[in-house]
Amino acid sequence: MLSWLLLLCSAGVIAAQSQPYGFGQPATAADTAQKDLTVFPNGKGLPSGKGTADQGATIYKEKCAECHNEKGEGRPGQYPALVGGIGSLTSAKPLKTVGSFWPHATTVWDYIRRAMPFDHPRSLSADEAYAVTAFVLHLNGLVERTQELNEKTLPAVKMPNRDGFVPDRRPDIKSKR
Amino acid sequence: MTEELTPPRRRFLALGASLAGAVVACRKAPAPSESGAHMRGYGERSPHEKSVRVVRELTKSLGTGSSRTPLGELHGIITPSALHFERHHSGVPALDPAAHRLLVDGLVERPLTFSLDDLKRFPSASRVCFIECGGNSIGEPGANLPDVQKSHGLLSCSEWTGVPLSIVLKEAGLKPEATWMIAEGADAGRMSRSIPVSKALDDAFLAYAQNGEALRPEQGYPLRLLLPGWEGNTNVKWLHRLQLVDQPAMSAKETANYTDLMPDGKAQQFTFVMEARSVITRPSGGQKLAGPGFHEITGLAWSGYGKIARVEVSTDAGQTWADAELQAPVLSKAAVRFRYPWRWDGKETVIACRCTDETGYLQPTRDEFIAVRGLNSGYHYNGIKPWRVNADGTVTHA
Repeated sequence: MLSWLLLLCSAGVIAAQSQPYGFGQPATAADTAQKDLTVFPNGKGLPSGKGTADQGATIYKEKCAECHNEKGEGRPGQYPALVGGIGSLTSAKPLKTVGSFWPHATTVWDYIRRAMPFDHPRSLSADEAYAVTAFVLHLNGLVERTQELNEKTLPAVKMPNRDGFVPDRRPDIKSKR
Repeated sequence: MTEELTPPRRRFLALGASLAGAVVACRKAPAPSESGAHMRGYGERSPHEKSVRVVRELTKSLGTGSSRTPLGELHGIITPSALHFERHHSGVPALDPAAHRLLVDGLVERPLTFSLDDLKRFPSASRVCFIECGGNSIGEPGANLPDVQKSHGLLSCSEWTGVPLSIVLKEAGLKPEATWMIAEGADAGRMSRSIPVSKALDDAFLAYAQNGEALRPEQGYPLRLLLPGWEGNTNVKWLHRLQLVDQPAMSAKETANYTDLMPDGKAQQFTFVMEARSVITRPSGGQKLAGPGFHEITGLAWSGYGKIARVEVSTDAGQTWADAELQAPVLSKAAVRFRYPWRWDGKETVIACRCTDETGYLQPTRDEFIAVRGLNSGYHYNGIKPWRVNADGTVTHA
């Protein structure tokens, strides 16, 4: 009798779990559009738009230089450098910047659009984000002043540290007792 | 039903009004009394208790930076919510829970949005687990930080309650090609991390409560991702989107930050698990022993791989080690309190602890860590932390 009861109960639990709960609302295209910021290394997620380093220089001076300094050298201890450090990653004082460390140009665009300027994030238009990205990459010697970056050309920019990452290989420390 | 209750409710309100009047009267003419202060709806600690987080704000954006838990002044394994460490990359947003929606979209059969009320209708689960910032102890291998709040204070442990993520993903219907999930917060910078779907389906959950009440704003109110054992940054706060995809986004926080630069110039990436670690919290740097005699050595151990199996303590600068007692229950991916009875002879010495987890992982020494990862990796430092007990009873980094 008891086992029969238990069987009934567990059957009830299984039935309750195997069907959808029906909670939540179907997401609309507008729900996705409202939050759709993710950009992937292959360019998926980039909106159409365009900008050059020359155009970006003006925006950078007005909206970025206060923190990142005139030429992207940053302000030590507060705001990171965007430029320099190429070849420093094996030294005693590695300088990790967009130029020396970031593996994908799309990440630069994604981060500028979602999180910059720091006190007014997501205030840049797509064209402004392409232009500022072009300027930051130009400071690193990676694009020409008048080279247009857009949703097609940005993912094609080869970053110096593109191959600088390896998968998690931990536990990598073999301790002795 | 409502009508039946109305008259008593009115009487109750009237009683309340007369009591309020009595309170006012008492305040006007305080009579000597030993009955103490008024009761209060939401409690506060004694004014004699002063433990606080050490706050370090980094930039011109308000509330951006970190604050560290005063581990040396706490007991047990649960961190009081008000003292849980913080690390914010774009401040603490003020979110209206009634307006907040979690979007689950991308490679799912049924893209859905959930309100908080929707999520709370699902079967719930509670779990005690630690959260440790991937950058806890950044600089420690080279810098010898002076106290445990500065050296280890980006670790806290809470009981979290929410809905298992596997249930929510099943509701949306994962497509077979969904291998990654982009978790994004509603903070000003919309911080996002790419999470393997395998973790999402394993033990991840969506937490709306911490230590029995709603999440604190600085812990992600009203909703955060909880990935037991994984670095703090992946436990995305103010969660408003889970985008199912077939590749990682390579976001800034999983490339520029939270990657481990190795001596050969390559950086280990997606180093999610916080490896096993322990530290003595009493006696620890900045504290002072009252004098020779009995002192309990106590501290915390934790592992992102599972349960802590063993903690050993040395009181003679690592020459000999003895097992510490582990306070039950020992929970997987949670902090464990250990204790070791000690009679101090009043002479200068070095004390330390080291742990082993259930997978057999051994906490490395500082030198063993540096031998493999060098001094530039920054994140995920978990070396043994020795403390020097000086003859005058003061405790400093060894």
